[in-house]
Amino acid sequence: MSVKTLTINDTPVAVEAGATILEAAKQAGITIPTLCHLEGVSDVGACRLCLVEIKGINKLLPACVTEVAEGMEVQTETAKLREYRKMTVELLFSEGNHVCSVCVANGACELQDMAVTVGMDHSRFSYRFPDRPIDISHPSFAIDHNRCILCTRCVRVCAEIEGAHVWDVANRGEKCYVISGLDQPWGEVNACTSCGKCVEACPTGAIFHKGETTGEKTSDPGLLDFLVTARKKQQWIR
Amino acid sequence: MSKTIVIDPITRIEGHAKISLFLDEQGEVSDARFHVVEYRGFEKFCEGRPFTEMAGITARICGICPVSHLLAAAKTGDKILAVQIPPAAVKLRRLMNLAQLTQSHALSFFHLSSPDFLLGWDSDPAKRNIFGLIAANPDLARAGIRLRQFGQTIIELLGARKIHAAWTVPGGVRSPLTPEGRAWIIERLPESFETINLALDLFKNLLDNFQTEVENFGKFPSLFMGLVSPTGEWEHYDGHLRFTDSEGNIVADHLSEDNYQDFIGESVENWSYLKFPYYKPLGYPEGMYRVGPLARINICSGFGTEAADRELQELRDRAGGVPTSSFYYHYARLVEILGCLERIARLMEDPDLLSPRVRAVGGVNNLNAIGVSEAPRGTLFHHYQVDDNGLIEKVNLIIATGNNNLAMNKTITQIAKHYIHGSEITEGMLNRVEAGIRCYDPCLSCSTHAAGQMPLHIQLVSFDGTILQEVYRD
Ligand code: SF4
Ligand code: FES
Repeated sequence: MSVKTLTINDTPVAVEAGATILEAAKQAGITIPTLCHLEGVSDVGACRLCLVEIKGINKLLPACVTEVAEGMEVQTETAKLREYRKMTVELLFSEGNHVCSVCVANGACELQDMAVTVGMDHSRFSYRFPDRPIDISHPSFAIDHNRCILCTRCVRVCAEIEGAHVWDVANRGEKCYVISGLDQPWGEVNACTSCGKCVEACPTGAIFHKGETTGEKTSDPGLLDFLVTARKKQQWIR
Repeated sequence: MSKTIVIDPITRIEGHAKISLFLDEQGEVSDARFHVVEYRGFEKFCEGRPFTEMAGITARICGICPVSHLLAAAKTGDKILAVQIPPAAVKLRRLMNLAQLTQSHALSFFHLSSPDFLLGWDSDPAKRNIFGLIAANPDLARAGIRLRQFGQTIIELLGARKIHAAWTVPGGVRSPLTPEGRAWIIERLPESFETINLALDLFKNLLDNFQTEVENFGKFPSLFMGLVSPTGEWEHYDGHLRFTDSEGNIVADHLSEDNYQDFIGESVENWSYLKFPYYKPLGYPEGMYRVGPLARINICSGFGTEAADRELQELRDRAGGVPTSSFYYHYARLVEILGCLERIARLMEDPDLLSPRVRAVGGVNNLNAIGVSEAPRGTLFHHYQVDDNGLIEKVNLIIATGNNNLAMNKTITQIAKHYIHGSEITEGMLNRVEAGIRCYDPCLSCSTHAAGQMPLHIQLVSFDGTILQEVYRD
């Protein structure tokens, strides 16, 4: 097993070759903020919260999809990064319709927590107030596109863990949204096994248990990593 | 020369409004209008939301009485699910509404209205508020604040927060009362009884000096509407709707909220964002009715609890029958607090309050549903139409304060006619006009589905439209 050595915030770290900077940081006990990363499924680098500075590279790179290299010097907490992270979260808020006070996920939302983490107290960008639908055709679950941040965690968890691949991403830019089946009402998608993994995976209140009211959603993203470990390593540990 | 006086905004009420007083050519008041000048649009932006969110969304209409919306929304939700909710949930919801009535009435009496009674209508407006009251009568002010806190804490014990506790849900409630919560309520009950008895004694002593107010603050015949229990007793959560007249005759009874459109019409005027509901069979505006504490005590046979029934009898004796003066709203509020406390005390003995079976589940089984509850300020209707999946297609809310709109306009006209003559208007006169509105403890945040402070703006406008006098108060 070959090992790469690097520094993160001036702390020397040694990790297995092929690991990502995010994994290396975790091993070194350094927390890098993430939203689209989910333990147990592949990474896509969608949210840009995990951006880090690497000496000698003049653009910021997402830690979740950047492999470590020998002698890399990584910084995760510079003023510039902090500013960008805050801006990213502000943009997420201004892009959708996030009304925490009446959201099912109020108090248990990764986006809300992230706003606190990055110290966002308001958005400097004007809100777009897009007109987005809600689909509550599924007997057990519902998706409110107003609250979706397009992290694609639902897409990956459904395809990679459940193997049903109900979710996908349609369109581009401001018209981009997640679809179920061939852009059918969720309740009509035969492929859906109603396993509920997407509910656990969704970091916001976008996907929730039908009937849940304000602040009632509790999600358990760790459950998914547990399922993966149980399946791959035959270890039922949490 | 005719002119108009505008009071804008009106102070010590919840929300923002203004009053215009129209003077005729002799300088006498010819008409008065209570304008609600805020627009909020809740009915519109609820469209497209899941009905299960309605309690959470509509509770945000108001920070004073969110519980009323929580209840009306949940009751409408129960009907969409077509479920009968568990008995424990009914009792828990009742407990929360009783706590809500107590805290809101305490706020209205101690914080908002008692400065007028105790410090005087003509006292310095800068001190005529809860802080002035604290300086003048610290014990009473403290007791009042603690009584409100009692109600607020019960709400918090049930819903985990004082304001906007999204605890009522279609099908029931989220969680029962804890044994610790019950112990706290039982411990604080005696003090709450003491405070309300003190307030009642105080108010009754003052009442004899307020005969002019009693005669002029909205004393006129009107209908009264509200919920009564199946046996005709005072009710705040379930039961049926009843209309009575000023002589105490039952005009209509056993009405169901489901048919509210058959007996309540909603009219609009181009000078107010607040709708004007009226009793349909009598037409507009003859179908004027009043809701809220005064209406509830007028339509019922009694409270069914000992102390409140005694006080109700005394109130009726003092009024010489059915009280028709809106000044009696204050009195009715105090009697209601007493009745609520007695009911809370009674509920404390009910083991159901701790039952874990508090929520029925169901699908979308009705596409059209109407829920009703008695808010502190009166009867509140929520009406939802949903699609097959439960997304809201249409919402209509009839808010307690809205029900009183016609009566409030009539009240200020009566007060203005009595107190204001000629073009010189003193602050004390204006305060009385405002106080006429305050009798109803209107909640304009709710009624226009608006938030904010209530500074004061009065305009005196001549018959040709020129402003003769303008008074501002921040
Ligand atoms: S629905 Fe939830 S999990 Fe799926 S993309 Fe949107 S925010 Fe991410
Ligand atoms: S966590 Fe790396 S881009 Fe989202």
